[in-house]
Amino acid sequence: MTSRTPTEQEIYGRRGRLITDRDATEISRVEELAYELKVHDVMTADLKTARPDMPLSQVLEILRVNRISGVPVLQDDQLVGILSLEDIVRAMQKNELSAPVSQYMTRKLVTVSNYDSIIKALQAFTDSRLGRLIVVDENGALTGMITKGDITHGILTALQRDYKEEELRRYRASHLFEDIISDRTTLVLRYQIKAHDFMHGGNASSNIKRALLRLGADPQIARRCGIAVYEAEMNLIIHTNNGGILKLEMEPHRITMSTTDDGPGIPDVSQVLQAGYSTASEQVREMGFGAGMGLINIKRCVDKMDIESTVGKGTKLTMRINVPFEKPSVHKDNKI
Amino acid sequence: MKIEVIFERMPQFMNLMKVIKIADGTLLTPDMDVDIEIRGGYGADLMSDVLAFSQPDSVLLTGLTNPQVVRTAQMAEFRAIIFIRGKRPQPETLSLAKQEDIPLISSPYGMFELSARLHKAGLPSFESNDL
Repeated sequence: MTSRTPTEQEIYGRRGRLITDRDATEISRVEELAYELKVHDVMTADLKTARPDMPLSQVLEILRVNRISGVPVLQDDQLVGILSLEDIVRAMQKNELSAPVSQYMTRKLVTVSNYDSIIKALQAFTDSRLGRLIVVDENGALTGMITKGDITHGILTALQRDYKEEELRRYRASHLFEDIISDRTTLVLRYQIKAHDFMHGGNASSNIKRALLRLGADPQIARRCGIAVYEAEMNLIIHTNNGGILKLEMEPHRITMSTTDDGPGIPDVSQVLQAGYSTASEQVREMGFGAGMGLINIKRCVDKMDIESTVGKGTKLTMRINVPFEKPSVHKDNKI
Repeated sequence: MKIEVIFERMPQFMNLMKVIKIADGTLLTPDMDVDIEIRGGYGADLMSDVLAFSQPDSVLLTGLTNPQVVRTAQMAEFRAIIFIRGKRPQPETLSLAKQEDIPLISSPYGMFELSARLHKAGLPSFESNDL
């Protein structure tokens, strides 16, 4: 008997390709479950049993009627062996179906405790090369049987339960506004944006977009919001003296986004609304920004844009997107 | 409905592995899954242009290598980024791409040459005036 631990690959397979990081997170959840789930969670407790003196044909009938592939063999409530379909096949090859169970049963008994983790049972399967293991309680009494199929079924059931919980969380998030009753419910996300912090530029917008999708926003609306706040966030980074605040206010039927800063302010607002007008430095242009298209882009993305600015005091940019009451039956994303 | 009509209406896809092959590209994020479908291509060095005129699920060809390229690609919902003319991204760009799960590729060809090669191989242009 070898005592080698089975590798992940032997247990889970590799689905014919290299394991990516994304797969690795999925595997680790299965792995976690293999430690979390106990033998008694997945084993078959409602056991059919055989006696050593029974003819094999009678056991075959028990297996057939109950659609199982093996039974423990008991003599006076004492476990003496296991009889599986494979044993019966051996007997059939010799035309000995009338022989007693004791002649063909497997006497090698490998047991696992009902409080053992699944991973321990998997090790026992690999070490013993048996198809089924006996499950005993803390007093050593027979309480059930476990097959690899039981383990697969148990893990799949647990994953499905995980999935349902995740769905429920998503449902709760997307129905947030329906569940809360008030005269006016708003959800506010606020981000402090640092001036000239190009390294982290766009992090806030990225988080906003993720939050909108998480809250069940239409993907097209999340895209429009994402692009608008990203341009606005970059404006805070590129043009302000001390950075500013990026704010998103979500209501059931509209999303309002704004940026506020304390300077330098825009001398002529109509000028910055012209395509191609820019005061950005060469360094900013080298990064692919400052082409004088930011505000025009924002205007294309939102339903309403307002800009108020006082030189020496600061600028406030407000952007609003209306969320239709009902999802339009054909939405823009369906083109291509 | 006739089969040909159905085929015409079906979106065109090109596997990213094929895109990399046509671009003679080097995958700079080797742990990432490249068995993904690309629906079109878009090329620009102006991030505002990328945000304004691209469509989702395509590949971005660009000569810029700073982290903003990844942020822009993420906001505009690109599936992958190809740096033209053998350019290599900054380390911050690489780590942001890994965080956001966007594959980065380096191609020896220039913008015009690479666009032409991909288009000729059947990758449609995803430049658009609609949002």
